[in-house]
Amino acid sequence: MIIATQKDLAEIKRMVAPYKKVLIVGCGMCMTFCSAGGPDEVARLAENLATDREGLTVEKGMIPRQCSDKFIDRLEEKIRDYEAVLSMACGNGVQAVARRFPDKRVLPALNTQFIGIEQEPGVWAEMCMACGDCILGRTAGVCPVTRCAKGLLNGPCGGSQEGKCEVSKDRPCAWQEIYHGLKRLGLLDYLRGETQIKGWAVHPGRIIREELKAKEG
Amino acid sequence: MSFRQALESDKFLVTAEIGPGKGTDTGVLLEDASILKDRVDAINVTDMQSSVMRLGSLAVCHLLTDMGIDPVLQVTCRDRNRLALQADLLSAWVLGIRNVLALTGDHPTLGDHPQTKPVFDLDAVSLLEVIGKLNGGADMVGNELKGATDFLPGAVVNPGADTEAALDLQIIKMEKKMEAGARFFQTQAIYDLDLFEKFMRRVEGYKTKILGGVILLKSAGMARFMNKNVAGVFVPEYLIKEMTETKDKVKTSIEIAARLVKGTKDLCHGVHIMAIGWEKRVPHVLDEAGL
Repeated sequence: MIIATQKDLAEIKRMVAPYKKVLIVGCGMCMTFCSAGGPDEVARLAENLATDREGLTVEKGMIPRQCSDKFIDRLEEKIRDYEAVLSMACGNGVQAVARRFPDKRVLPALNTQFIGIEQEPGVWAEMCMACGDCILGRTAGVCPVTRCAKGLLNGPCGGSQEGKCEVSKDRPCAWQEIYHGLKRLGLLDYLRGETQIKGWAVHPGRIIREELKAKEG
Repeated sequence: MSFRQALESDKFLVTAEIGPGKGTDTGVLLEDASILKDRVDAINVTDMQSSVMRLGSLAVCHLLTDMGIDPVLQVTCRDRNRLALQADLLSAWVLGIRNVLALTGDHPTLGDHPQTKPVFDLDAVSLLEVIGKLNGGADMVGNELKGATDFLPGAVVNPGADTEAALDLQIIKMEKKMEAGARFFQTQAIYDLDLFEKFMRRVEGYKTKILGGVILLKSAGMARFMNKNVAGVFVPEYLIKEMTETKDKVKTSIEIAARLVKGTKDLCHGVHIMAIGWEKRVPHVLDEAGL
């Protein structure tokens, strides 16, 4: 899922400083699971802002997902009274809300970090960079685009120490993990394949699937 | 004799390296190069080693060619995408540079601009293939060049890779680099000749030339620093002891380096000396090593 962390409170306070009324909206999907924008976080942020400034009205809101108009529509009534909306969604959600309510000041309370998984309570690691050309079948399920700090596709650099990445000792060398995985599966030959050069996708991306589009008439 | 001619002969190869500084002053750098000129077959110029912003390798290599020195242009993939890499290679050729060492490159977080965007559009293996394409008269997507290159390409290998997986992977990558066109390899610094011999046995018969890396030890502190921070470099305790107990660090440093150089003579095809600021002492190392 998408993992985010809350911005520094000081930065959030600066963002809402011009406004007397703020609606904080949480998101019931990823942001709840990574404890960045769920009901608990919305409540805590509401309290922090309200106690910080007298005369600031803070209201709490929550919808299952902020990346879908189906759910964003539920905010329509509540949002009328508020000029500023502090979204506790990922960048996807913030933009969807901003698009749906173009006359509102939609502000991001979070910094979206990556697509990742929870390794243990309180610890999340980035797993996928959405590069658009998945090679996980050749790398024993370990992504070198994302988990190798240099995104190398033809084996590791010479910078690892004791199986850890040059960048940080708390990160394993992805290529050593790929090696162990392929060895376990009897597929070490995959390491000797054709030289890979990535064809980078153009951003921003857009996908159209004709068969899923609404029918005319 | 050019480096290429030296490589194609039977002689024991000797190369050294210089590292441009942070700024436009080249006085000391070129002084060091002129002292090394007649003692080595080629001089490498590093490409912002340790990801610290410095004067570029391309410019300095060109200055070396003006001095009659045959430089080895070190090119990393850290900072330049495939367009810039190809353009820089064509530029290097036009500026008289004939030898290239293809490297992946240190991660920017190691240097003094840690927030810069890392590129790594190519890596050492794909860069070597690209050099091969330019040498063959086409760019990497197949367009014909009006004027090709004819570089002598080289690469690096780390014989001190510190886990079984890491070493296996280094050797597989070395084979890929050879298939991609690498004609010579300069290794990461060696301090344990037995370990190096084990490595050389694993690559016995490989049709390439290997130059064992030697880094001049400046102090016990430097040795400990490298042991902690530089991947694949391991200075054994007895050498640290020598550097600690000596009353003349320079003399002992030169002795140790000469011993290592002599050791590589029996094990591989050449030596690559990295003096890291002590370039003026390299001739003394070579004297003592009988080269």
